[in-house]
Amino acid sequence: MAQVTLSGITKTYPNGVTAVHPASFSIPHGEFIVLVGPSGCGKSTMLRMIAGLEDISAGDLHIGARLVNHIDPADRDIAMVFQNYALYPHMSVRKNIGYGLKNRKIPQAQIDQKVAEASALLNLDDYLDRKPSQLSGGQRQRVAMGRAIVRDPALFLFDEPLSNLDAKLRNQMRIEIKALQRRLGVTSVYVTHDQVEAMTMADRIIVMNEGRIEQIGSPSEIYHSPATTFVASFMGAPPMNLLHGEILNGMAQIGDLRLAAAPKAASGAVVIGLRPEDITPDAAGPLMLDIALVEELGAHRLLHGSLLGQPISLHVSKDIAASTGPLRASFKPETLSLFAADTGVRL
Amino acid sequence: MQKPRLRLSTVLDHVILIIGSLFMMLPVLMLLQMTSMPDLVNMKNGPGLSFGSQLDDNFLKAMLKADGFAGANTGLNMLWNSLILGFGFAIGKIVLGMMAAYAIVYFRLRFASFAFWMIFTTLLLPLEVRILPSYEIVQKLGMLNTYQGLIVPLIASATATFFFRQYFRSIPEELVEAARIDGAGPVKFFFDILVPLSRTMVAAMFIIMFVYGWNQYLWPTMITTDEGMFTLVRGIKQITQMLEGNQIPEYGRANMLALIAILPPVLIVVFFQSWFVKGLTESDK
Repeated sequence: MAQVTLSGITKTYPNGVTAVHPASFSIPHGEFIVLVGPSGCGKSTMLRMIAGLEDISAGDLHIGARLVNHIDPADRDIAMVFQNYALYPHMSVRKNIGYGLKNRKIPQAQIDQKVAEASALLNLDDYLDRKPSQLSGGQRQRVAMGRAIVRDPALFLFDEPLSNLDAKLRNQMRIEIKALQRRLGVTSVYVTHDQVEAMTMADRIIVMNEGRIEQIGSPSEIYHSPATTFVASFMGAPPMNLLHGEILNGMAQIGDLRLAAAPKAASGAVVIGLRPEDITPDAAGPLMLDIALVEELGAHRLLHGSLLGQPISLHVSKDIAASTGPLRASFKPETLSLFAADTGVRL
Repeated sequence: MQKPRLRLSTVLDHVILIIGSLFMMLPVLMLLQMTSMPDLVNMKNGPGLSFGSQLDDNFLKAMLKADGFAGANTGLNMLWNSLILGFGFAIGKIVLGMMAAYAIVYFRLRFASFAFWMIFTTLLLPLEVRILPSYEIVQKLGMLNTYQGLIVPLIASATATFFFRQYFRSIPEELVEAARIDGAGPVKFFFDILVPLSRTMVAAMFIIMFVYGWNQYLWPTMITTDEGMFTLVRGIKQITQMLEGNQIPEYGRANMLALIAILPPVLIVVFFQSWFVKGLTESDK
């Protein structure tokens, strides 16, 4: 049980490609942290460096008080759950879960007891003598979890553990993993490319892009005040509307349409961000939209259209009648985000 | 319910299959027929359609009678030598191939790919090509007329290493990483995970290698001069040589020996067949 500290962790491959630019953050004890980003953003490499499966090119990694840069994965006091479960196909569930303990020369009686505890926790009692090939995807994932739990690690690492499951099972396992982590209180690092998983499971989210950390924050911070246009467009489905505009006389505006007061003495071209659900149809509203497409989602509707020639989406309740064509809408000025047009950084 | 129809293509398939199996089986059936008849009848009439009563007599002769001066090359003794060659060759090749492939696939060695291609080029150099130097080395090492001399030079080729390399490369990387996190070192990983995972592959290799080793003719002929070291495949030759003598040739005994020489490879293939197919086609990783 421990805090994990990364200071200046970098990954540079021998061919000169930098997969992870210097990254520093610390994970307090018991926190569930999610690394999220598009594929190739370096999130998996980061996780694998923490696990010890990749060498750390520069920087220090501490798990607890211990510097673990050059310590073998087996001795880092971690447990990892892999995307394709990585169960040993020739071993029964019982042996799969107990294998790590057996290698640590723990007495068989104690192994049996720990395996029994883990299997009770994960509802695997009926499957202990089966081979992985006789289990469903969800059960295999639970076995992989069991293998992690029995080791009583200081740190759980999850590498996209749910992406091989179908959508329904994924929702269910998401809740199970989160509940289990709460219950065991083990510090966890979870890698995913699915922003719904990130939002629902994380205590804190780290959004990565092209090997750099874009933002670290709670799900609500990440969602409501994204630090960059990348975060704004990556998190949320549909993503935040990003409209090109400018700041004139302290007002953010698109063409002649004045939207809100700019925060500081900023000026010039800006990107104006508005969440689709923060725009509401309003006959007296200032926004003149032209709706081109209505998507029916049951509880909600998504309206896609344009505002002054720029694409825009709205998320409206099912109670609001919607059709294509012109629509007036309003928004709350405080929900608006402003980014510098050249750097993409929040103003 | 639909009545099963006799389709032309089905009939044709079966006719082709029946002709094919007859083509393969007839020589064996002829051996069996001839070995059941007295040698004199065979001499007078050649192969026939009747089945005689000499099967057991010929079997005993084939197993227990020797031709040479020392009287050591009985069928039983030759069968034993052949089995040692077959098993020794197959097991040696699998053990060596697996270990070499393990080193090449899982360890970052500076010259790993160079080493692999060196091993791979031995496919171009089967024993028959390098038979003179190989003979000289075996002779200088004093291994003529020994089991080591029989087996070791044959083992030195890349087939098993190559097959195991391809197989190991198909094992997911994550399994290796999971084992690392579980604290399995190189030796543990090999014996706890890689070997059990490869068991169907091992079975398939065993069949191929056993049959290959069993059927060796040229090399055993070269290096065994001691009658007690003769293998079956090489020893049958000894008997057929007598066909040129002036006595009634022992057709029955020679044919029986040929049948005995066919039997072990056939049995191995029959017993391991399901493993064989699994090993070469299926992967349960």
